[in-house]
Amino acid sequence: MTPPVLSVRNLVVAIPSRAGVSRPVNNISYDIAQGEILGVVGESGAGKSMAGNAVIGLLDRPAHIASGEVWLNGRRIDNLGPEELRRIRGRQIGMVFQDPLTSLNPLLRIGDQLTETIREHLPMTAAQARDRAVAALEEVGIPAAAERLNSYPHEFSGGMRQRVVIALALCAEPSLVIADEPTTALDVSVQAQIIALLKRLCRDRGTAVMLVTHDMGVIAEAADRVAVMYAGRLAELGPVRSVINTPRHPYADGLMGAMPSLAVGQRRLRQIPGAMPRPMNIPSGCAFSPRCPRAADKCRIDPPPTLGDDPKGRAACWFPMEHPA
Amino acid sequence: MTAFVEVTRLGRSFDVSKPWLNRVIERLPRRRLVAVSDVSFQIEEGAVYALVGESGSGKSTIGRMLAGLMTPSEGAVRVAGSDLHADSGARKTARIQMIFQDPYASLNPRWRVRRIICEPMVVTGGETEGLAERLLEQVGLSAEDADKFPHEFSGGQRQRICIARALAANPRLIICDEPTSALDVSVQAQVLNLMSDLRDELGLTYMFISHDLTVVRHMADRIGVLYLGRLMEEATPAQLFTRPRHPYTQMLLAAAPLIDGRTRDIDLPRGEVPDPISPPPGCAFNPRCPFAVELCRKQRPELRDVDGVRVACHLAEQIGTPPAP
Amino acid sequence: MIRRFEAFWQSDFGWKFRHSPMAILSALITVLLVGAAVLAPLIAPYNPFDSSSLNLMNGFSAPMVPNAFTGDVFLLGTDDQGRDVFSTILYGLRVSLFVGVLAVLFGLVLGVTLGLIAGYAGGRVDGFIMRVADIQLTFPAILVAMLIFGIAKGIIAPQYRDQMAIWVLIIAIGLSDWVPFARVVRGATMVEKNRDYVQAARLIGRKPMAIMVLHILPNVLNPILVIATISLALAIIAEATLSFLGVGAPPTQPSLGTLIRIGQTFLFSGEWWILLFPAATLLALALAVNSLGDWLRDALNPRLK
Repeated sequence: MTPPVLSVRNLVVAIPSRAGVSRPVNNISYDIAQGEILGVVGESGAGKSMAGNAVIGLLDRPAHIASGEVWLNGRRIDNLGPEELRRIRGRQIGMVFQDPLTSLNPLLRIGDQLTETIREHLPMTAAQARDRAVAALEEVGIPAAAERLNSYPHEFSGGMRQRVVIALALCAEPSLVIADEPTTALDVSVQAQIIALLKRLCRDRGTAVMLVTHDMGVIAEAADRVAVMYAGRLAELGPVRSVINTPRHPYADGLMGAMPSLAVGQRRLRQIPGAMPRPMNIPSGCAFSPRCPRAADKCRIDPPPTLGDDPKGRAACWFPMEHPA
Repeated sequence: MTAFVEVTRLGRSFDVSKPWLNRVIERLPRRRLVAVSDVSFQIEEGAVYALVGESGSGKSTIGRMLAGLMTPSEGAVRVAGSDLHADSGARKTARIQMIFQDPYASLNPRWRVRRIICEPMVVTGGETEGLAERLLEQVGLSAEDADKFPHEFSGGQRQRICIARALAANPRLIICDEPTSALDVSVQAQVLNLMSDLRDELGLTYMFISHDLTVVRHMADRIGVLYLGRLMEEATPAQLFTRPRHPYTQMLLAAAPLIDGRTRDIDLPRGEVPDPISPPPGCAFNPRCPFAVELCRKQRPELRDVDGVRVACHLAEQIGTPPAP
Repeated sequence: MIRRFEAFWQSDFGWKFRHSPMAILSALITVLLVGAAVLAPLIAPYNPFDSSSLNLMNGFSAPMVPNAFTGDVFLLGTDDQGRDVFSTILYGLRVSLFVGVLAVLFGLVLGVTLGLIAGYAGGRVDGFIMRVADIQLTFPAILVAMLIFGIAKGIIAPQYRDQMAIWVLIIAIGLSDWVPFARVVRGATMVEKNRDYVQAARLIGRKPMAIMVLHILPNVLNPILVIATISLALAIIAEATLSFLGVGAPPTQPSLGTLIRIGQTFLFSGEWWILLFPAATLLALALAVNSLGDWLRDALNPRLK
């Protein structure tokens, strides 16, 4: 068995402040294998974006990795300096963000941005880099790629811009891509195109993908496995079909029930009472216990078993839900 | 017997020309953006009418015209028998309220919740004693919340406050402009359930604007599909989701990510929504339509009845696909 | 009152204040000078404008040196008429601050009103108001003030001139500094008026006037405090400049600027204290108020958080 491309072990991100230390990411562990798409899903405040940024060392101070390890292709990267991390970003880890306008420099032609990134990470002449840039644009489905090299970002439509960002993320052939809400700003019809593109490119190249989103529909379409985050912790981690059809964690179960698409013909949607706790006052024991219909005294006192300790364990829950076959 | 809301040949265009000095120097023509054109539909009292569309479809513009916040360039809106924009008294008898998309922008941050909720009553000179407390409890918050400021609430709670404010005006029609698209799924379920309950209790009529097909399917009695400011198809959810008639509706349904895990081998949508300032001639959808023929590029199809569904497509009879599951 | 102060002290804003030596120092100097000005009649050892208490023999006493004729000791010396410089500074400070604060208030009310109207109405109204603001900006503030001063001089009868001088000064300075208020409020209003809470108020049937005053105004006031503080420093300097040029506060009600004008005539004859102490006071006041404004701007700017 090949080792995973990305391996995160017991990662904790801490933000010290006047009122104390909050942990938006608290003790999460997961692996992403070659060619696999891991969906990280959670509601706002779950810490999903922070979990992605921690991997690439893009935490804004005072947030920092307090403990845990991040391994990329067998090399530990969480303790590297900023210069080494910068070299890894782009070369080994590509990034796609929600708003394509912020990931592209509005004052540079996209051809220059692509060739610059390519030459930064790969030993190539200007001409070679240019050819490579054209190839990258063609691959993401931009028509007349050679001419479009001279265009500025604002000359592209929203969907085309996100294609350029994907080309930029993939042009140095990274082994891991972190996509943070890549389709949230796009129309439904364009979103389908971008998901399909991301899936195709990663399957063809064997790139591992960490797909961070709030949209369970996107996860269902794109991901192989899904990690459900709640209040900075992993609630459930498993194959996407199993988690959707037979969720074990009561939170994952509630989330699935709240989706209107699955509740067709139902007059009311199933709802989870209450709201996600703020990172400064996470309840003791299981963070979900105050909202959980299955919570017992044990849940309010003891933190639930951590995922990953037991390879068979899918849900971080004392009383996981059973689904009769 | 006329319907509660009657929208006839509604149109709205905006002047998006450069300032006249620029036009003179750069020899630019005046430019008009037609946001809404020739839209007609009816809403029965107590029904939920939904408008779906992607960005640039004009759905919010229609909502604002129905609320009386914007005057139409063409056509008319009649609510409860009187013309909303011609009769000065019509707005009072129609009692229209609106719920907005962004719960962080729709409450005055400097006002306490009590004052926000009571404002409609203050304007009309009604009794406000205990009103805020009663309405807060009706929307699932507590009476003590009346003395707090909006920033002390989460997005879902703010949306409840917005609903309470709308209810204070004792409305008959509520325009809901993407009321849950800024909310998390579990909170969205809470708000949608609340809206359904209130409709049953108070006999409200909703006009529901959304880009999310799953939400629309859950809420609506009748759905209008908009594309570039025109109504493409109008049907009941059952008709629309089992047998979409218009190629655009078919594309939307195919593109929407579904979480129930059917593997779908459909053609990806082609292209993106064109610039509404220079829409294509003929049928607005023809450049992206897989069925388009010469006629579609020349003549704009009128909305017409096909088997009890209103659809604007020349080929509606031929291409009504057999039911997708 | 104490509870509210406690809450302020514990808030983010209070925390930032406690951790900025610059802010504490500026605030301290400002409070000290403003306090001295307000309490001038109680603090000042002499009343410099009571001619009966003046002794010409005390003229040109150096600071802390016993007068050669009378043996009186003056903290900061005396001027040619034997007036105690320390007392004249306290009274001068009073005039300077009075003119500065009222001028800023006048400019603020004018600027905020015009900015609110321009931003909310838009179109031609906006165009007109902002063009006037542009034209206003092409004149140096001092020039505008002198112009108004000149006009007022022509209109007002000579016997009232001294009485009216202070008010003319206030209007002149106020008229020359409404533009920054109007610009900022106009920009903020244009953002706020498109927010949904304003739409909701329209839907309820609120009139434009009520929307502007009740809904938009409270939400555009935050930056006003910062501009007002910085404007205050500028207004005090403008007043001093006008008074120095002889078109400001009359000698019967001297401001710090008037004192500097009087003092500079003695500089080269060796009586340095008549100029130096009023000038130093003006400098300290303007610097303290200005750096307080600078700090406020940083502390209240959400983007710098």
